[in-house]
Amino acid sequence: VRRAAVLFGLVAAITFCLGPFAWQLLASLRPEDELTRAGLPSSLSLASYAGAFHGRPFGRVLFNSFVVAAATTVFCLAVGASAAFALAKLEFRGKKLLLGAALAISMFPPIATVSPLFLIIKSLGLRDELAGLVLPYTTFALPMTLWILTGFFRDIPDELYRAARADGCSPWTAFRRVLLPLAAPGIGATAILVFIFAYNEFLYALTFTSSPEKRTVPVAISLFAAEHREPWGEIAAASIIATLPLVVVTLLFQRKIVAGLTAGGVKE
Amino acid sequence: VTTASREKKGRSRFREEFADPERRTAYYMVLPSLLIIIIVAFFPILYGIVLSLTDSTAAAFGSFIGVENYVEMFQDPDFLEGFSNTVIFTAVSVTLEFVLGLAIALAINRAFRGRGLVRAAILVPWAFPTVISAVMWRLMFQDRIGIIQYLANAMGIISEPILSDRSLLLIAAILVDVWKTTPFVALLLLAGLQTIPEDLYRAAEIDGASRLRVFRSITLPMLRPTIAVTLVFRTLDAFRVFDAVYVLTEGGPANTTETLSIYAYKTLVRSGDFGYGSALSVATFFCVMAISVVYLRLAGRPEERA
Repeated sequence: VRRAAVLFGLVAAITFCLGPFAWQLLASLRPEDELTRAGLPSSLSLASYAGAFHGRPFGRVLFNSFVVAAATTVFCLAVGASAAFALAKLEFRGKKLLLGAALAISMFPPIATVSPLFLIIKSLGLRDELAGLVLPYTTFALPMTLWILTGFFRDIPDELYRAARADGCSPWTAFRRVLLPLAAPGIGATAILVFIFAYNEFLYALTFTSSPEKRTVPVAISLFAAEHREPWGEIAAASIIATLPLVVVTLLFQRKIVAGLTAGGVKE
Repeated sequence: VTTASREKKGRSRFREEFADPERRTAYYMVLPSLLIIIIVAFFPILYGIVLSLTDSTAAAFGSFIGVENYVEMFQDPDFLEGFSNTVIFTAVSVTLEFVLGLAIALAINRAFRGRGLVRAAILVPWAFPTVISAVMWRLMFQDRIGIIQYLANAMGIISEPILSDRSLLLIAAILVDVWKTTPFVALLLLAGLQTIPEDLYRAAEIDGASRLRVFRSITLPMLRPTIAVTLVFRTLDAFRVFDAVYVLTEGGPANTTETLSIYAYKTLVRSGDFGYGSALSVATFFCVMAISVVYLRLAGRPEERA
C-alpha cells in the first residue's frame, strides 16, 4: 500500500509538471477552428507556428533575447571568473563580506532599481537599446556568477593549486593554466544558469525597451496576449518555440545545472 | 594609542597585505567585480533612496520634500492592499512549495527505477520563463477555451470567469508560482537529503526506530540548514513577485489585484511619478531586508556554512 501511495504521488507530480506543457503543445498544434474544443484535435496543424511570425517581428525578438542573454553571460563570466577563483582559493580581507554582498544583491527586488536605472540609462542614451539591458542584467547576473562559480572552484582540491605554486607558477598563472581549465564544466553550468536568467528577465526589458523590434521574448509574448483578438494558437506556438531550446538544454545538462543551482545553498 | 601611530599601523597593515603576492593578486582579481557591483547595484539603490525623497518625474529630477512620500504611502489604500496581497501570495506559495517540494524530494531520495525520469520531469517547469508559464496558465484559465475553467465549470466549483475575479486571480498567480518553483525547492531539499550520512539511518534501523521517528529525529534536524536556506531564497523571491501577476492580470478587470512590485511599477512607468514610485520601490526593498534579518535571527547564520 505504501509503495502504491508513493507511486501515485510520483505520477501526480509528473502530471502536474508536464501536463501544462503538454496541453500547451497540443494547443499550438490545433487547427484554428478547434481551439475552443476540449479533447484531442481531429488533425494537427502547423498554421499557428507560421502565424506566430506573421505580422510581427518575432524572429527579431528571438534574436534580441539571444544576443542580450549571451552578452550578459560572456561579460559576467569574463569579469567574474577570476574573482570567483580568488574567493574560493586565496586569502584576503573582506572575502566574506563580498560573498555576503553578492548573495544579498541577488536576492533584492529588481523594482528597487527601476527608477534610478531608468534615469541612468536615459542619460547614457541607451534607452530602447539592447545594450541598455546588459547593464541592469549585470546587477543580478554578476553576483549570481560569483556565488555559483565560487562553489565550483571550491570543489577543486586545494592541493592542485598548491602544487602549481610549488612548481613556480604565480597565483595568476596557476589560475589561468591549472584551475580555469579544471573549472570548465562549472563555468559551463554557470553560463547556462546566467543565460537562462537573462533570457527570462521581464521587468527591466519591459521598462527599458519600447519599440517592437527591440523587445525580448518574455515582453513580446506578454504583449501577444494583450492584443484585442487574443491569438491563442499563436501564443501557444510562440511559447513553445521560445521555451523548447531551454528545456532541451536543461535536460541535456541536468546534472551540472542541478549542481550549480544547489552550489552555495547546500554543502556538506 | 595616538591617531598618528594608529594611522601608521593601518598603513603598514595595508603594505603587509599588498607585499604578499597571493593577497595582492586576490585584490586585483576581485577588483573589477567589486567596482561593477558598486556601479550597477549599490549606486542605483542609494540613488533610488534619494529619488524617494523628492517629487521627481520621469522627465525631471524634482526638489527634496523630505519623507512626504513615505507619509503618503502609509495612508494610501492601494499600497496597503498591495502589501497585504504580496504577504498573502508569499506566505501561501512558499508554504505550498515547501510541503510539495519536501514530499517530492523524500520520494526521489529513495532509489527506484525511473528515478532519473522523475528528476528530469520536475526540471521542465524550472526551465520555463516565468512569463511564458504565466501566459500558459492564463490560456488554461481562459473562460472559453481554458482547460481549468472547463474542469472547474464541469465540476461545479466555480461558475464565474476565473481571470475576472480578484481573489481567484491571486489563487491563479499562486498556482503559477507553485508550478514553476516547486522543482527548485525539491532539488535543493534533495541535495540536502543526499548529504545525510547513510550510517545514521542504518543505526536507527538497528535500534528499531519507526519511520516517523527517523524522520523527526534524523531527517529533519540534519536537513534544517538546507530548509533554512531554501525558505530564505523562496520567501525573498516570492516577495518580489512581478512577472506572474502582471501577465495574469493585464487585460483583466480594470482595478486588478496588485502586488507591491506591480503597484510600484505602475506608479513609476505608467504615471511617471518617480518620487512616490521610488518610495514604493524602496519600501519593497526594505521589506525584503527585514525578512532576511528575521530569517537570519531564526536560523543562525546559514551563509557561514557555505
